[in-house]
Amino acid sequence: MVQTKNLSYQYPGSAPIIFPDFNVEAGHPLLICGESGCGKTTLLHLLAGLRRPTNGQVLINGDSISDLPPSKMDRFRGQHIGIVYQQSYFIESLSILDNLLTSPYSGSKDKARTTASRLNIGDFLSRYPNQLSMGQQQRATIARAVMNEPKLILADEPTSALDNKNCAQVINLLLEEAVANHAALIIVTHDDRLRSEVQNSIELNTISKM
Amino acid sequence: MLGKIAWKNIIYKPLNTALCVSLLLFGVGIISLLLLIQHQLEQKFERDLQNIDLVIGAKGSPLQLVLSAIYHLDAPTGNIKLAEAKEIMEKPMVAEAIPLAYGDSYLGHRILGTTPEYINKYNGQLAQGALFSKSMEVTLGADIAVKSGLSLGDTFLGTHGEVEQGHVHDNHPYTVVGILKKTNSVLDRLVLTNIESVWEVHSHEEGHDHPPIDTVHALELDFDHDHEHHDHDHDHDHADHVITADSMEITAVLLKYKTKMAVLNMPRLINEQTNMQAVLPALEINRLFYMLGIGATTLKLIAGGIMLMAGFSVFFVLYSRLRDRKHELALMRSVGYRPGHLFSLLLLEGLILAGIGYIFGWLLSRVGIHFINQQAESDFNLQFGAEWVPGEEWLLLLTFTVGIVSALLPAWQAMRMDVSEILSES
Repeated sequence: MVQTKNLSYQYPGSAPIIFPDFNVEAGHPLLICGESGCGKTTLLHLLAGLRRPTNGQVLINGDSISDLPPSKMDRFRGQHIGIVYQQSYFIESLSILDNLLTSPYSGSKDKARTTASRLNIGDFLSRYPNQLSMGQQQRATIARAVMNEPKLILADEPTSALDNKNCAQVINLLLEEAVANHAALIIVTHDDRLRSEVQNSIELNTISKM
Repeated sequence: MLGKIAWKNIIYKPLNTALCVSLLLFGVGIISLLLLIQHQLEQKFERDLQNIDLVIGAKGSPLQLVLSAIYHLDAPTGNIKLAEAKEIMEKPMVAEAIPLAYGDSYLGHRILGTTPEYINKYNGQLAQGALFSKSMEVTLGADIAVKSGLSLGDTFLGTHGEVEQGHVHDNHPYTVVGILKKTNSVLDRLVLTNIESVWEVHSHEEGHDHPPIDTVHALELDFDHDHEHHDHDHDHDHADHVITADSMEITAVLLKYKTKMAVLNMPRLINEQTNMQAVLPALEINRLFYMLGIGATTLKLIAGGIMLMAGFSVFFVLYSRLRDRKHELALMRSVGYRPGHLFSLLLLEGLILAGIGYIFGWLLSRVGIHFINQQAESDFNLQFGAEWVPGEEWLLLLTFTVGIVSALLPAWQAMRMDVSEILSES
């Protein structure tokens, strides 16, 4: 479903980061581990089309997203990709409900309510982001990421700021949502607690040095 | 959704919004108030001027004569001898001559002695009753009728001079015989009577050696002639004026000439050869507006400066908020908004701020006009309406332009930002 080929990225003035080829299917989540600074977030942004690779391709369902013009990429991302960030970014001035509905591809209010109750934040829809705890915020982020019924869910350090209890809850919700949406799930993290939850994993730090 | 985000963001930081809006509001308020007053003054002065070519009155300030004789906004320059005025009124090139005599006032409004031609000049029509035909009969202007509550047959006493608490002529009650329809002209604010009434009241009060009233009644300034016949037997009308009370005084004469040449020649003759002055009202009013215009331009410049500062404040607020909001803007990109959407979002916020500023500024100008009216009513018998006046649509356009221009740079920045870099920051 999601495939990378010869993917590399070079920041100006530093050595290129070369990423391993991998293939992720729905139902088989992938954990990408590595120390901070090894290019995990860069890889995630390449997969999300937020950056263009220096070399190589990201293929989603066989189509290369790396060739899409920027405006088509924004639309493709809005329609088919859900992203969970390390920090919970919200539009501060909007309620949680409106935050779930922010995307032009996010669907109806009813969908937002069912998704929110599935993620156990149904009671907080009328609150504002800064009125929620870290765990609640992260669950709201997951809810927003799946509002567009994505083919691919990308999560960037989704648990590193959470305690053990919340960590287990969030990772389970991510896995459940991936199943519910028949979506491929890729998690990049340095959080060792996740290794026990996700079977497939690759290490980045060893490969990135060339 | 973009509109909602823009609106929510604006009300999320009420203090920032208040800063932008208050500056815009004062700029818009001042300009709007100026437009309102200027437009209505010009309209009013234009309307009341009708086609009066020349005003004759006692020597003094020409502007004062025009303001008092045509607009009833000022005290008269003094009185002139009827005999002297008559010489000019009866000249062949005069198409119309309306004598005016000021005496008393009622509730601060002038009781004007004149002829029915004066009412015709402003297209006055009777709502009730009749025009004055005998001494001490009055026809009320529409506004005074409402203000005083007088109706047909009621009597009232005039007050000497223009002040409401002046000396009351208690021996000479006026009787209301008619009420005029509203004309939106100076007529609405006058109590109209014949010239003899003014003489009658003052000959007694002042104890001057005036002819007895019976004689005055016999003067008959040809008041009852039919207006329809006015043009063709015009000279005849004037020849018919059997004014015997030549020693009496009137205050001013409004003249209309048959040719424009006469209008240009007459003032010099009158000013040089008589004790009266002749003034071209259009000229004086132009001069007055020119002077008012200088003041208005200064105020507009000040208001323009405030608008400029308002523009800067919108810019600073949007620009500094941009730093706080970069994550949420990046987030918007990551959920599918294109750069153009962010550009529109920021422009929309500038426009909303401008719109709020315009609405409150417009309201402020209307509140302002309300307070100005309270003052103008008692000082000048002037009332301004609160309607939409020409020029305000340009002010709206200007305000929106300020909003858009101030938002352009922040919008550009939002459009150009590197989403990946912002989302990589921890």
